[in-house]
Amino acid sequence: MAGTETMVTARDVTKYYGLHRAVDRISFDLHSGEVLGFLGPNGAGKTTTMKMLTCFLAPTAGSIKVKGHDVSEEPLRVRQMMGYLPENAPLYPDMTVMGFLRFCAEVRGITGRERDLRVGRSAEQCGIADRMRDPIGILSKGLRQRVGLAQAILPDPEILILDEPTSGLDPNQIVEIRGIVRELGRTKTVILSTHILSEVELTCRRAIIVNQGRIVADAPLEELRGQLREERRRYLFAVGAGSSGVVPGEAEVRERLRAM
Amino acid sequence: MRTTWVIGKREFAAYFGSPLAYVVTSIFLFLLGLFFFFGVFHQDVGWPFYVRKVASLDNLFNGSQLLFLFLVPAITMRLFAEERRSGTLELLTTLPVRDIEVVLGKYFAAFAYLLVVLALTAVYPIYVATLGRLDWGAVAAGYVGLALVGLGYLAIGVFASSLTQHQVVAFVVALVVALPFFFLHKVSFLFGPGVGNVLEFLAFRPHFDGIARGVLDSSHILYFLGVAAIFVFLAHRLVGGRRWR
Repeated sequence: MAGTETMVTARDVTKYYGLHRAVDRISFDLHSGEVLGFLGPNGAGKTTTMKMLTCFLAPTAGSIKVKGHDVSEEPLRVRQMMGYLPENAPLYPDMTVMGFLRFCAEVRGITGRERDLRVGRSAEQCGIADRMRDPIGILSKGLRQRVGLAQAILPDPEILILDEPTSGLDPNQIVEIRGIVRELGRTKTVILSTHILSEVELTCRRAIIVNQGRIVADAPLEELRGQLREERRRYLFAVGAGSSGVVPGEAEVRERLRAM
Repeated sequence: MRTTWVIGKREFAAYFGSPLAYVVTSIFLFLLGLFFFFGVFHQDVGWPFYVRKVASLDNLFNGSQLLFLFLVPAITMRLFAEERRSGTLELLTTLPVRDIEVVLGKYFAAFAYLLVVLALTAVYPIYVATLGRLDWGAVAAGYVGLALVGLGYLAIGVFASSLTQHQVVAFVVALVVALPFFFLHKVSFLFGPGVGNVLEFLAFRPHFDGIARGVLDSSHILYFLGVAAIFVFLAHRLVGGRRWR
């Protein structure tokens, strides 16, 4: 993505919950048009990072700038540029899909015809146009996730932040949501977090792998995939290196890997 | 301001979608009827209407203030606690809105709902007016006083709800914080003139009485608005507190 604008600049971002260090000196840049996957096991600090990006939590140290605006100093300006789908897509169960989307539009200052237009368009895009009159409370998890997505893309934001958009869904729903995210990635800057490797492979062009609050890898996907393939090849080689057809034990494989 | 309105509108509509509001309102009206006509808690509320034989709404105003202690926390307890629990607070506060707009939107919605409940008590003045000469000025002054007392208790309720994600905790905290404002003037005689006067000043009741007498003394009105402002401010700090470094 050469020659494009820097959308997000994170520098040494650290977050403590009490004494527990959830995020530890994370730094990265995000350029316009990138689709970035935040990959890591549960508890790695993905969600905390998303919450800091959207100005829900303040970083304990370090700075995050979105198009030059600091999240701590100009949270309103930053949030105007963002669409955010929090983890588990929290929504108001007593509202209808239509009522909820209109509410989100109005809070952002989108009213009248423009509001209805955008609500209709984002609902269409997320495949919920035929459920507009249903109360959110009766919808399936997958549909709710779509409503959350529709809410996030409604203002046509420059940056989309999606926290675990497919967690807790059944396989069909996962495929559908991934399709929508891929589609969105063609035109927008997207950050999505997940603990599923294949999700990053299917939807993202760049991945940051986090573990215990730290970035352990940050590279375009092809590169990471290459590394992974190399590691897998070496592993298989090590496993298969024994003659005899007997599967070697763990200790033996480790020994062989070291020898390589 | 516009955002406050949008948030308040949603919150107000939410009251009519939940069974809790209907239940609580029904209980309030039922108990108010007992107070008014049957002299339940007559020490606090006054003798029953048919015993007093006076065309006045004193029983209504006294009874309402006692019942507000329970009605108001029930109205406010879900405002923030429920949103914290379900996670929608994160959704709401990551939209481009100021925390104070969220707090005020919810506060005004709760006030609007309380006004609806008060409007339902309009049957009392109408009924009493058919039996005797009712002083409508006193009725109006009493309702203004009730609305101001409501503003005070509602602010305490909003504050309590912003503390926790458990609605029951929010209810209890609101009740406990509101109690001193309800009864301090009754115990002020125990503390001599200095402290006693302070306690008298802190309680809602003397200020309500001032307003209900029809004396348009701005100090009483300012008192209620001041109490409301303090607790709304505290709620605002608590809602925004997660952003402290």
